[in-house]
Amino acid sequence: MTFLSTVKAVAISAALAVSVALPAAHADEQYFPLQSYRVGPYAAGGTGFFGGFIDYLNLINIRDGGVNGVKLTWDECETQYEVERGVECYERQKSHAGAAAWNPLSVGIAYAMIDRITADKVPLITVNHGRTDSTDGRVFPYVFPLLLNPYSETSGIVNYIAAKEGGIDKLKGKKIVVLYHGSPYGKETIPIYELLAQKYGFTVQQIEVPHPGNEQQSQWLTIRRAKPDFVVLRGWGVMNPVALKTAVKVGYPVDHIIGNVWSNSEEDVIPAGDAAKGYTAITTQASGNTYPVVQEIVKTVYGAGKGNLEDKSRIGSVYHNLGIVNGILNVEAIRIAQEKFGHRTLTGDEVRWGFEHLKLDPAKVEALGAKDLFHSINVSWDNHEGEGYVTFQQWDGKKWNVVSDWIAPDWALLRPIIEKSAEAYAAEKGIKPRTAADAEAVAATN
Amino acid sequence: MSAIATQLSPAAALPKWLAPLLLIAFAYVVIPLIGNSYLFEAILLPFLALSLAGVGLNILTGYAGQVSLGSAAFMAAGAFAAYNFNLRIEGLPLVASIILSGLVAAAIGIVFGLPSLRLKGFYLAVSTLAAQFFVQWALTKFSWFSNDSASGVIDAPKLSIAGFEFDGAVGRYLFALTVVVVLTFLAHRLVTSQTGRNFIAIRDNDTAARIIGIPVLKTKLLAFAISSFIIGVAGVIWAFAYLRTVEPAGFDLDRSFQILFIIIIGGLASIRGAFLGAALIVVFPLALSRLGNFLLGDVFDSGVLDMSQRIVLGALIILFLILEPDGLVALWDRIWRRLSLAWQSS
Repeated sequence: MTFLSTVKAVAISAALAVSVALPAAHADEQYFPLQSYRVGPYAAGGTGFFGGFIDYLNLINIRDGGVNGVKLTWDECETQYEVERGVECYERQKSHAGAAAWNPLSVGIAYAMIDRITADKVPLITVNHGRTDSTDGRVFPYVFPLLLNPYSETSGIVNYIAAKEGGIDKLKGKKIVVLYHGSPYGKETIPIYELLAQKYGFTVQQIEVPHPGNEQQSQWLTIRRAKPDFVVLRGWGVMNPVALKTAVKVGYPVDHIIGNVWSNSEEDVIPAGDAAKGYTAITTQASGNTYPVVQEIVKTVYGAGKGNLEDKSRIGSVYHNLGIVNGILNVEAIRIAQEKFGHRTLTGDEVRWGFEHLKLDPAKVEALGAKDLFHSINVSWDNHEGEGYVTFQQWDGKKWNVVSDWIAPDWALLRPIIEKSAEAYAAEKGIKPRTAADAEAVAATN
Repeated sequence: MSAIATQLSPAAALPKWLAPLLLIAFAYVVIPLIGNSYLFEAILLPFLALSLAGVGLNILTGYAGQVSLGSAAFMAAGAFAAYNFNLRIEGLPLVASIILSGLVAAAIGIVFGLPSLRLKGFYLAVSTLAAQFFVQWALTKFSWFSNDSASGVIDAPKLSIAGFEFDGAVGRYLFALTVVVVLTFLAHRLVTSQTGRNFIAIRDNDTAARIIGIPVLKTKLLAFAISSFIIGVAGVIWAFAYLRTVEPAGFDLDRSFQILFIIIIGGLASIRGAFLGAALIVVFPLALSRLGNFLLGDVFDSGVLDMSQRIVLGALIILFLILEPDGLVALWDRIWRRLSLAWQSS
């Protein structure tokens, strides 16, 4: 060994020692980078969701002192639901040590992050939305459209309409209009509606509402001419109340409008006033504040003056509860990963392993104080959605009432379509699909 | 950069090309050594893309005097054209698909430049809005443009030229930098040539320009074509090197306004102005937001902070335009003159 290489070796080992020692200095913290949005046209969703998420993280910190003693930390970076702001936030926040998972709550931002988080080996959670084929964990190791991907949602809605009409064979000859938000999120389900229409023999007409959707006169006049049996509202933000109001204006019956999972909140129906009475929407998590976990948040977090929602009447609203459910899923994934890797700050890849073993059956959900808030989840290394169940709720002018049981989407029908799309993506990008053994291998450092 | 500027203070004696050359050398050699991924990904890449778009729009608006609100549409045309050339023509080199995408944007620019033969000023601005809405509509309406991808979002291909891959933040930065340097150099040559003087003649008085024998129709359309070409390539950088994903909604009217503000704040009819303006538009909101988070992050939530930043930003821009209507370039030149005067008198 020459002198120079000795120096180099010493320098490298010193650098390694430092880099190993650094995370140890923060050994008791796990960090959540929150790319939130509290202003702009989608602020209602952003404040509710991130409010619920932060409230749950606070609950874990205050009540339990963190996850097995590991304190949860976070900071927020405002994205306004815009892709380039989300990317800037990503670059800003990723230098923070001990990042557990990203939760941008925006399909556009999530798309822009897929390459980046895959290179950085930190999970990207798109609860109830996201890129459908990222369900296939073989091709998308770090992306998790938890609970409900857009295709499952579509299948759930079509099954519900079928049940209302008296069976799946009754769909034949029916006409459904899908009114969708003009964004990556809104367009995600276009092919699957076409496919289900072919399979079940109904006709589907898909109409776009340009972002943000505060003017829909022409779309609803088209709908009135088309006289569909049902309208599926695939909206977001301000588009939803405008749709309901315009529907009443053109005389379309509101109880034949079915909202999707981002058109199902109090913020969507209250601004529409009486126009929203009788409107039904799909959900993965019921609204209301009677669930034990929500009660504990009210008592422990809001009691201590640390609640995140400014308007306390929004506690237990659909977005707030979704934030809480998202908090449960993130925290439990960390807990599961900690059982394997130790009660310490985990690397992103270790948290990924935790998400891939995130199995909460109804009994476990009840133990977490969330019985009936959401049904269950069963994520595996190749199924990153986790077989979430859906239910339907109807707005009576004051609150949402659940009008169906927990329904399972038709996963067996959807899986081959998802795999085909994921494989095409893998071929285009030159990705070699993972095996179960690859998924068990975990990178020790970020 | 100010360090370099002060070293060069006795400017009168030095050739004109030295300062830009040193700046380019600095950008190629020093920045990749000292920069971190945040600098490249969040600051320099959007700065380069928007600067180039600013250079393009400045040729049209600053030099040739044609106001346009369609810049984002030409960026979108460039980005989607490059994606489709890359996707559909097997083995086409990246450089070729970038040039072709610029040509597509130029062709669209010519079409939407036609009204400029009859319309002027605000009326022309309104008619270029048509480009803005039409291109965005077409890209959303016909899923062929995004290769029938479910969500209309497309993934940028890998950047590689002659087997060399521009991977990682630094690689993409160097790629963008090279494109920007080459096109800026060409733009600089153009505006100092006879064509550039024709542009200025038309801007100042198109009747007079016609009388001295400048082909007004041809020159206006040429300005639209060249400007759209450059803006189209800027769109490719925005999509391929910066965001690495493209959706039509990213190229909305706000982006067109942003580019217009860049050249107004930076200085009309100036190549440097586009860079100074883009630097301000990209860096200033980030600096403000980080400062706000740092000082007040614990007191207010991010929504309140963001709103107040907008107010501060808007107020500062208004103040700046009142105090310095000729843009950052004029400010820069004045400081520069004072410095060299101070140097000479000492």
